[in-house]
Amino acid sequence: MSTLIETIDLKQHYPIRQGLLGRPSATVRAVDGINLRIQRGEVLGLVGESGSGKSTFGRTLMMMEQPTSGSVLYSGVELAGRSHKALHPYRRRMQMVFQDPFSSLNPRMTVEDSLTMPLRFHQPGLSARQRRDEAAETLERVGLPRSMISRYPHEFSGGQRQRIGIARALMVRPEFIVADEPVSALDVSVQAQVLNLFSSIRETLGLTILFVTHDLAVVGHIADRVAVMYLGQVMEIAPTRALFTSPRHPYTETLLSAAPQPAVGARRQRIAMKGEPPSPLAPPSGCVFRTRCAHAQAECAVARPVLRPRGPGHLSACIRDDLTLVPGVAEARPDQARKRMS
Amino acid sequence: MTDPVLSVRDLRIRFRSGGRETQVVHGVDFDIRGGETLALVGESGSGKSVTSFALMRLLPEAPRCTIEGSVSMGGVNLLELSERRMAQVRGPRIAMIFQEPLTSLNPVHRVGDQIAEAIRFHRKMSKADIRARVIELLTLVGIPDPARRMHAYPGEMSGGMRQRVVIAMALALEPDLLIADEPTTALDVTVQAQILELLRQIQRATNMAMLFITHDFGVVAEIAERVMVMYAGRIVEQGSLADVLSHPRMPYTRGLLASVPRFEDAGLKTGPLGTIEGFVPSPDNLPAGCSFHPRCPHARPGICDGALPELAAHGGGAHFVRCARADEPAFGAEPAEVS
Repeated sequence: MSTLIETIDLKQHYPIRQGLLGRPSATVRAVDGINLRIQRGEVLGLVGESGSGKSTFGRTLMMMEQPTSGSVLYSGVELAGRSHKALHPYRRRMQMVFQDPFSSLNPRMTVEDSLTMPLRFHQPGLSARQRRDEAAETLERVGLPRSMISRYPHEFSGGQRQRIGIARALMVRPEFIVADEPVSALDVSVQAQVLNLFSSIRETLGLTILFVTHDLAVVGHIADRVAVMYLGQVMEIAPTRALFTSPRHPYTETLLSAAPQPAVGARRQRIAMKGEPPSPLAPPSGCVFRTRCAHAQAECAVARPVLRPRGPGHLSACIRDDLTLVPGVAEARPDQARKRMS
Repeated sequence: MTDPVLSVRDLRIRFRSGGRETQVVHGVDFDIRGGETLALVGESGSGKSVTSFALMRLLPEAPRCTIEGSVSMGGVNLLELSERRMAQVRGPRIAMIFQEPLTSLNPVHRVGDQIAEAIRFHRKMSKADIRARVIELLTLVGIPDPARRMHAYPGEMSGGMRQRVVIAMALALEPDLLIADEPTTALDVTVQAQILELLRQIQRATNMAMLFITHDFGVVAEIAERVMVMYAGRIVEQGSLADVLSHPRMPYTRGLLASVPRFEDAGLKTGPLGTIEGFVPSPDNLPAGCSFHPRCPHARPGICDGALPELAAHGGGAHFVRCARADEPAFGAEPAEVS
C-alpha cells in the first residue's frame, strides 16, 4: 500500500483575542503536532470526544484552512502554504461529507444544481447535458432514483439528504473523502443504510476515506485502522481489531469501556476518568491525558510522549509499557475466527 | 407487587393544523413502578417524545392538540387537572430532563439560583436551608466544589456539568417519576457513562421511577429493566430487557437491532449491516393493518394488511408483541438477528 496523505507535525492553533483588536492572550491548540499517514484505499477512522480536534484535523487536511505549521503531503506534494490557485488541482481530488447535509445544501437549489455546481468549476469543458447526465448517474450510485434530480433539499428525508451530500462529494470523482460525523444525525436504521453506502462506494470507486466520528461502534464497523485523538494529539493508532482487543493507551481503554453496547449483561465496570477535562487553553505538560489517567505517574508530566510501536502497525503515545489494559472486546470468538479463516 | 407510580391507559394524541387533524399516538398503555426504569425506544417520528410531553402536559392546548385516555398518578388522572394543579405536580411528582440541558437552564441566571427557584416555588424553606439543599443536590450529582460552582452561569460549564445541574434541578423536589428524554444523546461517551451511572445511583437511593426515552439500544441495555419499542404511534413490542434485546419477536425490533454495528465484531469486516427498507409512514397516511407491514420482510398478504394486530402476550410472560405472525412456529424458528 502506498501513502496517499501524510501529515508531519501538523499544527492548527487559534489565537484568542481579548476585544476586537486586542493582542492574542491565549492559544487554542486544536491540532497540536500530528504525524499520520493515510494509505491509498484505506478507511482510517478518527475518533475522539468533542474538543479533541478531530474535525479541525479533517478540515486542515482538506486545506479549508492553512495550518499554523507542519506539512500536509498529498501523494508526496506539499499542500501547506500553497496559494488558493495552486491548491485548485488538489481540491478536485479531495472532497468532504458533513454531519448535517441540510446545512451544506442550498435550499433554493435543486439537487441537479447542487450536484453540477462543482463540475462547472472543475470541468468547465462539459456541456450542460453532460453535467446533467453525470449528476443523474451519481444519484443512482448513491441509491436515489434519477427522477429526483429536479427536487429541492426539503423534499428529502435526512438519510436521503446525506445520500445527496455523498453524491455531491462524488461528482468530481475524488480519490479522497473526509467524512465528518456523516451518520451522527441519522436514525439507527438510516445510519446503517448510509454506512453500507460508504462501504460500497469505497469498494467500487477505490476511495480513501478519513472517517471522523465519536462513535466507536461505527468506526469498528467501517474502518481498517483507527486513530484516537485527545486534546489535539493522537494517543493511539492501530488496525481496528487490535485497537478494540488490545488497546495500548489508557485513554482508548477509557473510551472503549464507556461505549454502551446493545446486549444484555453488557453493563461493565467503567474505567472512570479522574477530575475534569483540562482547559484547551492550558493543556497539561507532558502527556495531555495524564490529569485524567488512572495510571499516571510523576514521569508522565516530564515530556510529551511520542507515538511508539507496540505491535504490528500499532502505535501508542503512552510511556507505560508495563500496563495491562482492559480490552473493549475479547480477542475473537471461535465462530468468528473460523469465519475469517474460511 | 407495589402499585405503579404511573399508569397510562389508551393514550391517544391528535394534532390539528390547517383544519386537518392528525393522530400521532394511537392508544398507548403502560405502567411504571417505583425504582424501575422503563425505556421507550423508537426512531424519529415514532411518537416517543410526544408521549412523554403528554405525560407532563407540555403539549399545546386544545384545539391544537387533543389528548385522550388517562395518565394516572396516585389515583388522579393528570389529563383532567387544571393547569394550576398540574403546576403543583410538575416538580414534586414528575420531573423531566431533556437532551439539551440549555433548554432547561436560563443562561443569565446562576445555576444555584435556578435550582433554588425550583425549590422556593414548591416549598416554604428559609434561605439558608434552600442554600444548603442546593449544595447538597450539586454534591449528589457529582459537581466538584459545589459552594463555588453554584455561582457559575450555565455558559461557564461543560455540557456534562450542565446536564448534572439539570438533573439536580429535576431531583430538587424528590419526584416519584423522572422522565428522561434522550438526556445523554448530546454528550460525549465518557460523560454519558458518568450520567447514566449517576442516574442509576440516584434511583437506587430514592426508589424513583424513570421513563427513559432514547433511540440508542446501547443506552437501553445500560439503564433499563423493561423496554417498549414504539413505531408509528403504537407500542409494537414490550418486555424485559432480555425479552426485547435478546429475543425480539417483532420484525421491526429485529431490524433495528440488526442495523446497529456490533461492538464485538469491530474490525472483523462482517459485511453490510441489516437495514429496514422504505420509510416510516406519515401519520396522515398509515397503512392498513400492521403499520410496519409494507417494510416488513415477513409480511404476508391477507394476514398483515388486514386487521391491526393486538399487542399480545407472547410466551406466557410479560413479553408483548404486536405482530400477527409472532406465534407462528416457523416464524419463531427463524434466528433473531441478534443473539
